[in-house]
Amino acid sequence: MADGIGALAPTPLAPFDPAAFRAEFPILARQIHGRPLVYLDNAASAQKPHAVIAAMTEAMTQSYANVHRGIHTLANETTQRFEAARASIARFLNAPAPENIVFTRGSTEAINLVANGFAEFIQPGDEILLTEMEHHSNIVPWHFLRERHGAVLRWAPVRDDGALDMEAFARLLSPRTKLVAVTHMSNVLGTVTDAAAIAALAHDVGAAVLFDGSQAAVHLPVNVRAIDADFYVATGHKLYGPSGIGFLYGKAEWLTCLRPYQGGGEMIESVAQDRITYAEPPHKFEAGTPPILEAIGLGAAIEQLRALDRPGALTHEEALYARAADGLRSIPGAKIIGEAPCKGAILAFTLDGAHAHDIAQILDKYGVAIRAGQHCAEPLMRRFGVTSSARASFAPYNTFEEVDAFLDALGRARKLLS
Amino acid sequence: MASLTAAQPEVMAHLRDAFSLMEDWEERYAYVIDLGRELPAMAPDLKTDANKVRGCASQVWLNAQVEDGRLRLTGDSDAHIVRGLVAIVTQLYNGLPIAEAAAFDPKGFFDDIGLSEALSTQRANGLAAMIARIRAMAS
Repeated sequence: MADGIGALAPTPLAPFDPAAFRAEFPILARQIHGRPLVYLDNAASAQKPHAVIAAMTEAMTQSYANVHRGIHTLANETTQRFEAARASIARFLNAPAPENIVFTRGSTEAINLVANGFAEFIQPGDEILLTEMEHHSNIVPWHFLRERHGAVLRWAPVRDDGALDMEAFARLLSPRTKLVAVTHMSNVLGTVTDAAAIAALAHDVGAAVLFDGSQAAVHLPVNVRAIDADFYVATGHKLYGPSGIGFLYGKAEWLTCLRPYQGGGEMIESVAQDRITYAEPPHKFEAGTPPILEAIGLGAAIEQLRALDRPGALTHEEALYARAADGLRSIPGAKIIGEAPCKGAILAFTLDGAHAHDIAQILDKYGVAIRAGQHCAEPLMRRFGVTSSARASFAPYNTFEEVDAFLDALGRARKLLS
Repeated sequence: MASLTAAQPEVMAHLRDAFSLMEDWEERYAYVIDLGRELPAMAPDLKTDANKVRGCASQVWLNAQVEDGRLRLTGDSDAHIVRGLVAIVTQLYNGLPIAEAAAFDPKGFFDDIGLSEALSTQRANGLAAMIARIRAMAS
């Protein structure tokens, strides 16, 4: 990478070592109901490495004050760390500058921020194009624009294998389309969407494009400039960072023209009784004292990821997924939801005659943590004609032994329920 | 339809005995699942939105009718373990005079016999939602 801040990316990279990576996560040594924890709910939230715990602890024990307004040493140190986290995220996404990164509470707030700012550009009848596989957090904020501003929501269909139907997607675009909001990786199907192609098609009709990178940013290298995203959102707690922190990447022109989301301290340049001047982005979107410790923790998580051999980690995840999917296929009555050619290590499934909640509850007794339910994706559940599904989602710290423990527990659950 | 009689003391004694004999969670789950299998089928036309119990992670329907001042409950769920819980609560409440049904809270009993302990928080909340629904219907 020759240009911009991406050139600062480290060039180190010992080959991915699953055992060494796993050892960074102290919680994985826990026992649940007398058995070793098998944590396969990573798509809901990932566990935290020593680096994050240490960074937050150090901040609290050594160097903490409010950011941006203090003159004293602690305020300066804390501000530096806080802004260093922003710069880490910018490098992580290959954003042009740290100023393209707005700290939010998570992906949900980031999308709400964009929807809120976009409201004034929406005329009744303007269209927002989503897909059937969006998480509710990338649906409900757009419903606000439908309810309050007359926007029309369009839904690009998902094929039977879980891939986005790109032909139908292209047909749904028109000059009426103002915004396209699409997941970069489905939290249920694991489907990875072709972000660059989606952005190019959206831009052809003059629409802006937002990617929900809540899952994708965890597993894939993201280059917001290569895909030409107008907005890209992700959340810290899935990226091995703390909860309560996430981010919005926005192109400079968008962050300049969107109006502030919330008002308060930190986001203003000057306040008078009859007028107000806002701070420059990103600060104009960060009203009030931000989640300082969480941002520092996220910065540590991102730096750890940037120092990781991510292609190696991805290969490991794919192997875990393949073993789990193969094992599942050999269980009578089991059905995988989402087998798109390009997908991440998320395994959603149903088992004939067994409710997903029963499966998850029984698996818990064997120490295996999976998710069951609608996964905050009701339109997608309806698309596949199920009321709920079980989901095992993998991280690079998972092991093949854990996959086998999961399959073994699933076999026992099936026996108990049949 | 057989006339309604409350069998609550017998049901409680039976559940207490059964749970006290079971050593591990697998047996308890298997027992609860079996109770669900023995639950009389709920008429499909009673599985309405109005009869759906909110606060349960899986789908749960409960219908209450009053006959001669006594509660007659039917219910169902799409999840096996929950259907077992529906069986337990319907057995506990069926045939009770409605005033007694409205007053009866089995939470302490469930804690006592170790049923609550066997459930996840989400499921325990669902069970509490069923109880609240039945008591509200009886009030």
